[in-house]
Amino acid sequence: MSMENHGHHNHEGHHAHHDEHHHEEHWVTKYVFSMDHKVISRQFLITAVIMAVLAMIMSILFRLQLAWPGEKFAIINYLLGDKWGKDGILDPGMYMALVTIHGTVMVFMVLTGGLSGTFSNLLIPYQIGARDMASGFLNMLSYWFFFLSSVIMVSAFLIETGPASGGWTVYPPLSALPQAMEGSKLGMTLWLVSMSLFIVSSLLGGLNYIVTILNLRTKGMSMTRLPLTIWAFFVTAILGVLSFPVLLSAALLLIFDRSFGTSFYLSDIYIGGQALEQTGGSPILYQHLFWFLGHPEVYIIILPALGLTSEIISVNARKPIFGYRAMIGSIMAIGFLSFIVWGHHMYITGMNPFLGSVFVFTTLLIAIPSAVKAFNYITTLWKGNIRYTPAMLFAIGLVSTFISGGLTGIILADSALDIQVHDTYFVVAHFHIVMGVSAIFGMLAGVYHWYPKLFLRQMNKKLGYIHFILTFISAYGVFYPMHFLGLAGVPRRYYDNTAFPMFDNLVDVNVLITLFAILGALAQVFFLFNFFYSMFRGPKSEQNPWGSNTLEWTTPMANIHGNWPGPLPEVHRWPYDYSKPGVEADYIMQTVPLAEGELDGGGHH
Amino acid sequence: MIKFLVYVAIILAVLAVGYLVRVFELAQSLKGKRSEEITDKDNQNMAKVMLGLLVFLFGFTIWQLNEYGSKLLPEAASIHGVETDKLLDFNFAIIWIVFVLTQFLLFWFAYKYYGRKNNRASYFPHSNKLEMIWTVIPAIVLAVIIIFGLKTWNKITEPAAAESTIVQIYSKQFDWTARYAGKDNVLGESNYKLITASNELGMVADNKEGQDDIIVKNELHLPVNKEVEFKFNSRDVIHSAYFPHFRAQMNCVPGMTTMFHFTPTITTAEMRAKTGNDKFDYILLCNKICGNSHYNMQMTIIVETEEEYNKWLSEKKPFGAAAATAEAK
Repeated sequence: MSMENHGHHNHEGHHAHHDEHHHEEHWVTKYVFSMDHKVISRQFLITAVIMAVLAMIMSILFRLQLAWPGEKFAIINYLLGDKWGKDGILDPGMYMALVTIHGTVMVFMVLTGGLSGTFSNLLIPYQIGARDMASGFLNMLSYWFFFLSSVIMVSAFLIETGPASGGWTVYPPLSALPQAMEGSKLGMTLWLVSMSLFIVSSLLGGLNYIVTILNLRTKGMSMTRLPLTIWAFFVTAILGVLSFPVLLSAALLLIFDRSFGTSFYLSDIYIGGQALEQTGGSPILYQHLFWFLGHPEVYIIILPALGLTSEIISVNARKPIFGYRAMIGSIMAIGFLSFIVWGHHMYITGMNPFLGSVFVFTTLLIAIPSAVKAFNYITTLWKGNIRYTPAMLFAIGLVSTFISGGLTGIILADSALDIQVHDTYFVVAHFHIVMGVSAIFGMLAGVYHWYPKLFLRQMNKKLGYIHFILTFISAYGVFYPMHFLGLAGVPRRYYDNTAFPMFDNLVDVNVLITLFAILGALAQVFFLFNFFYSMFRGPKSEQNPWGSNTLEWTTPMANIHGNWPGPLPEVHRWPYDYSKPGVEADYIMQTVPLAEGELDGGGHH
Repeated sequence: MIKFLVYVAIILAVLAVGYLVRVFELAQSLKGKRSEEITDKDNQNMAKVMLGLLVFLFGFTIWQLNEYGSKLLPEAASIHGVETDKLLDFNFAIIWIVFVLTQFLLFWFAYKYYGRKNNRASYFPHSNKLEMIWTVIPAIVLAVIIIFGLKTWNKITEPAAAESTIVQIYSKQFDWTARYAGKDNVLGESNYKLITASNELGMVADNKEGQDDIIVKNELHLPVNKEVEFKFNSRDVIHSAYFPHFRAQMNCVPGMTTMFHFTPTITTAEMRAKTGNDKFDYILLCNKICGNSHYNMQMTIIVETEEEYNKWLSEKKPFGAAAATAEAK
């Protein structure tokens, strides 16, 4: 009974099979070890929501320390105990552990696993007209590896020496030497094990997405009729498959250095009162390997968010997405360029200046396809008939933060300027806005928009509105002022700035940031409540609540095996025929045949 | 007790929100409409919100520029730093223009084209001309940015002048040590295996070039208007030597030597006068996460006239002499 077969079943046979047997699935295979893409999608989403809440709580804890260093907070003692929160004061080692795990969880568990896992799984079969993923079994494995990886990552808080604390990039030698700090002991081992499992999950998922998109498109669904969501997931999966193995190798070599005395990353080190034997390795090698994944990784995060946004903006502006082919071209250009820019994280590692120049050039090139995307979104809004669902608000929010954060990337890409702002709060501000906030906005937009397909019900719009307004304001409130901290020379990952008189006049900036962070965290309560409440009590959704063209809305509002009760739909047009002249309805679904003389793909006569 | 009350308050708050939603739902269903349909009224309200957010974004920008603009680093105190600052200003000018333009268009369109039941969007799927415009213009602007950027970068990274003063910056968890190359301006050999409590840098005792080297902790003195070439090393993990006032930074990587050179142009005394802060000090800080006390790894830098600098240096004991006295003891 493998999922693989569904794609090849003839439709009638499948249908009959389904009706005759009425086989009741055991709840374990239905909800736990399910191979159905819709269930797996929900599993990814709920896991990601839980992980995001944990990561957000971590951020509030270290933000309290940054705003009011040395102040006592009962909540810190309550959550971290006497070892790490004695008298309510955060321990410096735990501060770094929180920063590290916050970053790792957000980047990998929430915005890679959670975002791609949820929406690639949900939308790829639905939008290309397939009964399920190419391999349901691998898909199931992908989730469970992800789950295991998430559990291990968080479980590090339960061990004596605490979690990894060398920053989410875990640069050796700091991460390689247990003598260097508590966080490089067992916690670091757990980090590496968790990350290795995560990479396995990501590869299983990614390969599945690629194969499914290439092979299981329904009749008429050519590559140039794919919704931009699918294009984004497709390129994202390719990036992941090409880059994650490199991170795995980096992690393996680090495991060797840590546990078996090799010296891939270690050389000439004297620590803990003794000179180590290892010579000949280079810590910089790790950085090359790490960022060879690490930079594509930020596009692995942002591309799916941009894909979701493309769809949501077009549907809700009731207009075709502007420049469909240019959008595909931009996604591909960004995907390609993302592989040749990793060195911009390493300008000041002593890299050959000429090599630095090459990376300046390639990095700044990415701004061109990014600009095209931004302008295309804006033009899609122009003369639209915009319907403000909460999803649409978050999609527009994404465009705003994607622009704001992208622009400061110009500074960081410029090696001469990076010297000054490297590893300061300017960097923290930049990447949080351009990939953190933007990707979270994209993910939230996706949840609001596809909630009817995920849980067959609708979320409350008013709560959604409040959620958006507060989140948007607090996101800028938190990360905008950090640019100023960075330009004032404040380094990131400092537990406390009070040892530096030059930063004394910046205390109130940190207070403001923390207040906005708390507001932002509280705003998520509106979402969490809405999310869980609507699952059970939200009004039942109609089949195509947003008047969309894409195939997922041709499926019945019931989570049935194989997605379509009858034969698979046939596709006759691109997905963006909104408000097409000469047609009364303001949308034409992809399954509607072209009228005589009608051109496809937004072509004019 | 307080804990208990907090729990009660949280539970009550959740219940309250739940009931509010329920009341809202009932009210909607009494009115006979599905509560989640987006009405014209919703669109109109959210259009206003969009305008409000635009005002917030620009207002917040202006407020911060006003409030924080004066808290940034003082003027650059090195030759290349002045150029970096110019480059930074140039890039920021472009960024501000694009930021204001695009955010305005985004939120203005979002405001202006809110949906109305009787309205219809225009069908405008693509325009080669427009797409060409916003491919070519960013490309040109970026070309300019790249050219200016690389010009500055090349200038900063060209090899140091032969007569520049050579200083080693040696890092470990969690402090800095400086070693001046002495009269011969050549740093003596060192080996990490020779490190002991009294030989923190692992200096080779009988190395000829090392005898006149001068090792200093706590304070780094630099002569004004004279190029200094720094050679960075680390004994344990990666650190980063960050000189914010001089717009300089370089990683210190165990197992290799990295380099950076700059010419300080303003003495500490002059900077104190300029900033009106008589406690002002240049500072070297660690800017790469390096362990639990990363946040307090610093060294004061004193830029002074060449005479003052020479006088200060002459009072220090070179490595050879210091080692000899230690042995005599």
